[in-house]
Amino acid sequence: MLKGFVHKYGANVDTDAIIPARYLNVSTPDELARHCMEDIDLEFVSKVKPGDIIVATSNFGCGSSREHAPIAIKASGVSAVIADSFARIFFRNAINIGLPLLESPEAVSATETGDELEIDLASGTIRNTTRGLSFSAKPYPEFMSQIIQAGGLIEYTRLKIAGGNTDK
Amino acid sequence: MNLAEKILASHAGLDHVEPGQFINGKVDVILANDITAPIAIREFWKFGLEKVFDPKKIVFVPDHFVPNKDIASAEQAKILREFARAQGVNFFECGQMGVEHVILHEKGLVVPGDLVIGADSHTCTYGALGAFATGMGSTDIASAMATGDIWMKVPPTIKFVFRGKLPKYVSGKDLILHTIGDIGVDGALYAAMEFAGEAIERLSLEGRFTMANMAIEAGAKAGLFYADKKAVSYAKGRSERKPVVFEPDADAVYQQIYEYDVSLLEPQVALPHLPSNVKPVSQVGRVYLDQVVIGSCTNGRFEDLQSAAMVLNGKKVNSNLRCIIIPGSQQVYLEALKAGYIEIFIQAGCAVSTPTCGPCLGGHMGILAAGEKCLATTNRNFVGRMGSPKSEVYLSSPAVAAASAIVGKIVSPADLS
Repeated sequence: MLKGFVHKYGANVDTDAIIPARYLNVSTPDELARHCMEDIDLEFVSKVKPGDIIVATSNFGCGSSREHAPIAIKASGVSAVIADSFARIFFRNAINIGLPLLESPEAVSATETGDELEIDLASGTIRNTTRGLSFSAKPYPEFMSQIIQAGGLIEYTRLKIAGGNTDK
Repeated sequence: MNLAEKILASHAGLDHVEPGQFINGKVDVILANDITAPIAIREFWKFGLEKVFDPKKIVFVPDHFVPNKDIASAEQAKILREFARAQGVNFFECGQMGVEHVILHEKGLVVPGDLVIGADSHTCTYGALGAFATGMGSTDIASAMATGDIWMKVPPTIKFVFRGKLPKYVSGKDLILHTIGDIGVDGALYAAMEFAGEAIERLSLEGRFTMANMAIEAGAKAGLFYADKKAVSYAKGRSERKPVVFEPDADAVYQQIYEYDVSLLEPQVALPHLPSNVKPVSQVGRVYLDQVVIGSCTNGRFEDLQSAAMVLNGKKVNSNLRCIIIPGSQQVYLEALKAGYIEIFIQAGCAVSTPTCGPCLGGHMGILAAGEKCLATTNRNFVGRMGSPKSEVYLSSPAVAAASAIVGKIVSPADLS
């Protein structure tokens, strides 16, 4: 069960906003986390607490393929991102490194900054305990669930290399 | 099947694929750069393997922070260099290289029919050659370097048909900006874009590279063109590998079809802070500029420099701004030099740089201060993209950028005469 307070943003939060390219001359998670969300929310880094949840409207993570973006979010302590929709590469990168993403426009529209959320990843249930509301996120495609169950793409591929049966 | 489905089916060893289907595809080219490769290498070692699956299919291009701007970026480039030497993967060093999405096809590493994955979102550029090319992150690249294949979901395809003859000064950049302006930055989210029509058939390959390059700015997984004679002969002259031409079936299924008549289209400009915030140049209003950048993986090819040189020939850059011109590769630089364009640029008062992606992503070589405005031929104008979060980036073709550099504000080249 994931639990934390909400930091809410709007549409098209791009990878330059999540981690500006001027900091990409390094790739250590802790250093990247120090600048997470800097260009749209200078205070995010000082406000964010372990377990917190980012909520945004459509097309979260658009732009660059830089995996530094989900890495920075995860390293800053954020436990999950909920949005109306995610940009394709960001979605893939986040799943690959084990940052949970949930699509639920209903949960997004009923949630504001400061609300407390509880997320049950197995069932995709999102509970807004501040407002007493409950939502269901769109389930992961079967194939992606396999990657998540394996513990991320590296573990999934390790199984494949070892000849393990990764297909259903 | 449409173009994307045909290429993906072929690489997955299947007769037929459908949108939404998960496949495992054998990749022909795996690309990473100085920002994304260090993480890919770090993840690759976690497999416990000693060697990559096939070094000939892997390409590393340090191009974002090169020539290295500081110690940290030099350390990043060193990680690529050492891995590439030890593993024997393709590596393009500063001085013989260029912007990744300018040199891969220039050097014949990508041919029509390929499946290309790259840890850079603009990997979709190679769709201009009839390859299925898409951007991913470093962990995906690490996995592919180990196994030679990659999982993918077959995307639905949206078709864009461009009819009519392109007016003077209207280029591939204007077509793609107009399209993104029409459908929005998530207009093709999770989908492939397939470009067709008589305007596309007449368009140069360089114009097609520009269009495919920006497919990601509409959220697309790939931007695809049928590999016609122009594309095939381009590839044949550069690669020993045989091009494979896939053609969409007459009864191919598309999620949606957009049709545009381009015969009255004006040059287009994307205003801050989204590539979809597009207006015809005549409706942009008075925007005085502090900087103009002509280059990048979007518009740093020979035809782009030619287009800028035609406008700048015999003119001077406005004294209120600086104009930075960056050839996309050493080859482009040399050809522009031989054609006399570099002299035109220097006589006009432009700064001409060795190939780099530096300014496009606010890395180095053209960073903006707070309050400054830049017109660039690059692909993104997000907040803080080229420097200060309080600066503004506008996007256009090289011809519009060059004309605006002369006047000092955003104008059409047609306004100069």
